[in-house]
Amino acid sequence: MCLAIPGKIVKILNDHAIVDYGEGTAREVNISLVRVKKGDYVLVHAGFAIEIIDKKEAKETLDLFKKILSEEGE
Amino acid sequence: MLYFKDKVLAKTILGKIRSNGKKLNFMHVCGTHQDTLVKHGLDTLFENSGINICQGPGCPVCVTTPLEIEECILLAKKGKIIASFGDMIRVPSYNGSLQDMKAEGYDIRTVYGIEDAVNIAIKNPSKEVIFMAVGFETTAPTTSAIILNEPPENFSILCCHRTIPAALKTILEMGELKLDGFIEPGHVSTIIGTKPYEFISREYKIPQVISGFEPIDLLMSVWMLIQQINKKNAKVENEYVRAVNENGNLIAQKVIKETFIQVDKKWRGFPTIKKSGLELRNKFDKYNCRKVFEEELKTLKEKEFLEPSGCRCGELLRGLITPQDCPLFGIRCTPEKPIGPCMVSIEGSCNIAYMYKKD
Ligand code: SF4
Repeated sequence: MCLAIPGKIVKILNDHAIVDYGEGTAREVNISLVRVKKGDYVLVHAGFAIEIIDKKEAKETLDLFKKILSEEGE
Repeated sequence: MLYFKDKVLAKTILGKIRSNGKKLNFMHVCGTHQDTLVKHGLDTLFENSGINICQGPGCPVCVTTPLEIEECILLAKKGKIIASFGDMIRVPSYNGSLQDMKAEGYDIRTVYGIEDAVNIAIKNPSKEVIFMAVGFETTAPTTSAIILNEPPENFSILCCHRTIPAALKTILEMGELKLDGFIEPGHVSTIIGTKPYEFISREYKIPQVISGFEPIDLLMSVWMLIQQINKKNAKVENEYVRAVNENGNLIAQKVIKETFIQVDKKWRGFPTIKKSGLELRNKFDKYNCRKVFEEELKTLKEKEFLEPSGCRCGELLRGLITPQDCPLFGIRCTPEKPIGPCMVSIEGSCNIAYMYKKD
């Protein structure tokens, strides 16, 4: 229920968009709760995009984890 | 997001957690967290490191009350179309589930989201279509978006939306178990942000970390909680920064405010929790099935609906027991023949425990 799946916006159609979940699965989702553009990655829940995923932030988080862990260990 | 499955990093974090050596008790409130914990065997790894993590009331279908299911059953019997999520439809009530009613010929539809229910209403203009709107803050704005978009007049909702922070407070107030920290639900938090949790850390001096759903996320969140405890901190930290920001989704919050008021609400396994539910504002009465069908629903008002006999979902939802503590688990109660909602829902801890059973 609170499950949300990440996918990529491939086409915008007014308040809906086609989201590609990879492996050939694409679905139309409602985008009225987010401001998105083609190419954005979103979390989809119950047929709605609920938030944009920040790819850069994702990479930085991992780098940060590694850094924190090495510091805490000292 | 393959890099969130980095095994070396996972091992490093686990090593740190192990070396900490403290016995700690955490609670999360999310079915997807439970799934990650059990599926990847993290629950056992944590236990062996002295960390116990229980689920709490984090399954929207499970905390929906028998009365709410009975409301839908009654309306279905009166010839209306009831639409809801698959898990909700399979939860047993007194005389079976909505799914059983479907087998008897009543019009019950499984939908993926509220928009599908609206489409059913458009296709069936001569019928009343009721969407059983369950879900936490993640789902509530999807209901709002539809209500604000003027769905057809033969469409209404039975609002069962509930909000998480009020339940966390209640868990602490009830004082039935000693908790050292909360792992907060990532997807609820994409909507509400980090601030609505702050009063809990402030008032109850308890650390909280908002977590993502990959094994690394949970490992890191546990490590962050331990760090807070060691440093005698009690604050809200955000591990899931790739999807959650401090302010949350402002569009979603705005539509929630426009459509709903906060109401006191009973949760399965809990007493009525102050301001823990959402109900449509008066100006949307024509979409509020409790108002539209007030007369029909009246008969349920005085009745009291108890939990299924022998089912311990209430204690599970309060984090007091594990599924295996229920004598019916896996014997009389299985996903094929569930007795309580925690065995039905893929977010319920009994269902998850059964699916990934180790023997
Ligand atoms: S195993 Fe079945 S009966 Fe026992 S608590 Fe879980 S859902 Fe209820």
